[in-house]
Amino acid sequence: MPSTAVLAWHQYRLERRMFWRNPSAAFFNFVLPLLFLFLIGAIVSGDQDQLDVIVPGIAGMSVLSTTFSALAMNLTFLREQGVLKRMRGTPLPSGAYLSALAANAVTNAAIQVVIVVVAGRVFFGTGWPEDYLELVVFVAAGVACLAALGVAYSHLIPNFDSAPAFVNVVFLPVIFVSGVFFDAENAPAFLRDIGRALPLTHVIDGLSGALVTGASLADNAGSLGVIALWGIGGAVLAVRGFSWEARRG
Amino acid sequence: MSSPAIEVCDLHKSYGTHDAVRGIDFSVARGEVFGLLGPNGAGKTTTVEILEGYRERTRGEVSVLGFDPGERPAELRVRVGIVLQAGGMYRFITVREAVAHWARLYPHPRDVEEVIAVAGLQDKAETRVRTLSGGQARRLDLALALVGDPELIFLDEPTTGFDPAARRAAWETIRSLRDLGKTVLLTTHYLDEAQELCDRVAIIKAGRILAIGRPQELGVGAATRVRVSWRDEEGRLQEREVEDPTALVHELTSAAVARGASVTELTVVRPSLEDVYLELTADAAASVTADPVPARA
Repeated sequence: MPSTAVLAWHQYRLERRMFWRNPSAAFFNFVLPLLFLFLIGAIVSGDQDQLDVIVPGIAGMSVLSTTFSALAMNLTFLREQGVLKRMRGTPLPSGAYLSALAANAVTNAAIQVVIVVVAGRVFFGTGWPEDYLELVVFVAAGVACLAALGVAYSHLIPNFDSAPAFVNVVFLPVIFVSGVFFDAENAPAFLRDIGRALPLTHVIDGLSGALVTGASLADNAGSLGVIALWGIGGAVLAVRGFSWEARRG
Repeated sequence: MSSPAIEVCDLHKSYGTHDAVRGIDFSVARGEVFGLLGPNGAGKTTTVEILEGYRERTRGEVSVLGFDPGERPAELRVRVGIVLQAGGMYRFITVREAVAHWARLYPHPRDVEEVIAVAGLQDKAETRVRTLSGGQARRLDLALALVGDPELIFLDEPTTGFDPAARRAAWETIRSLRDLGKTVLLTTHYLDEAQELCDRVAIIKAGRILAIGRPQELGVGAATRVRVSWRDEEGRLQEREVEDPTALVHELTSAAVARGASVTELTVVRPSLEDVYLELTADAAASVTADPVPARA
């Protein structure tokens, strides 16, 4: 009997291969964030203060799109198509399957953060990260939290046709109020307060500390706490509401 | 090995206030091909999905290869192959990749190329799944259910949507499973499929079993009348249904012999499985007779 870890590894490799074969997924996951980075980078070029906001902001956005958006979309598709149901009838343990799906998203997040960091160093004068440990900690915390929220959110999406609308109605406002494109401290107070209640702002704070400002893990401990709270809430909802089959009707 | 592959005792399943299955009993011996035959909405898929471990039963006892499928034991899943009524697949995977991947999930898989050949997909091995026709996708479903070399195979409407040639080919594959000693539980609303493939059939309607037995026996046991028809002296076609045709046939033939004539176009027909099915599922008969190939719900 193949072990759970071996089965999860086979499934992960299949998910990776399928990911690269899907041109629209590859575009939304890789090209779009980089397009944003280069367009906005070009607009504010020469203004290092702005560039120092954009680079960690886009890194945070990449984590959001590769985990929250991608998992919510992907699970909706797999559920509606009956792939989840079919997998459930095989000896592949549920945990191994879901781990493989999550690891696929995590891989995309890691690849994108690396690309954004390298682009920041090469094109936007943000230099190499100040604190690699902090970078890894905040990417990992952000991935875990936003992936759990993505799985939980997929339970609300009725069908795959409506999935892009459901995802973007969260994704677009969140990236604006979370300070992806501007320093959230300059936003009106009510927007700033909303942003500070959401996890992405805190992921970006941590990435900003790691990549630019040098604010330490200890300085950003409060942000980790907020991310953890959202993550725990997301994980509980992800597990409790999980369904292997599309609702009937 | 003598214990039954499947045992179902007083199985009930309700969805809210709707009783989909209302007290079903049957058992399937090892190596048997057993069919659940009935109109759409009869409770066939609900029953099978309880046995597959997808649904929890409301009450009753079920045993599959000695396990309770409701507990979803891993030891059971490696010994069972499932063809769902509608199972999805990755869009960008090829046939060979899919079969090879599924093979890796089982401890003792069959040879990938052999299974692709059994399913008749040799020419499509490099084709991406989303470009397969409906019948080809269904054959891939069968290949994925067989690649783990299961003892017991569930087939939920395995040939719906097939053209006649593809159905014949699928029947050959299912017969080959029996020859390999596999146990098969299939659902169908095609009478000829049940008659061709099944060692025993349960006719099911509105969540209850109306008749159960070998296809040949069902004709005799459940509907006991025999149809006698002949052309009378005025040349009109007569038809009568009787429990025992002996007396009627004797009356007809002796009268004819006495006149020095013969009984023309005399036929004595036992009800076929189709007649039994139509009689037992009378409420649904209107749709079945109007549309011999009922659309899937």
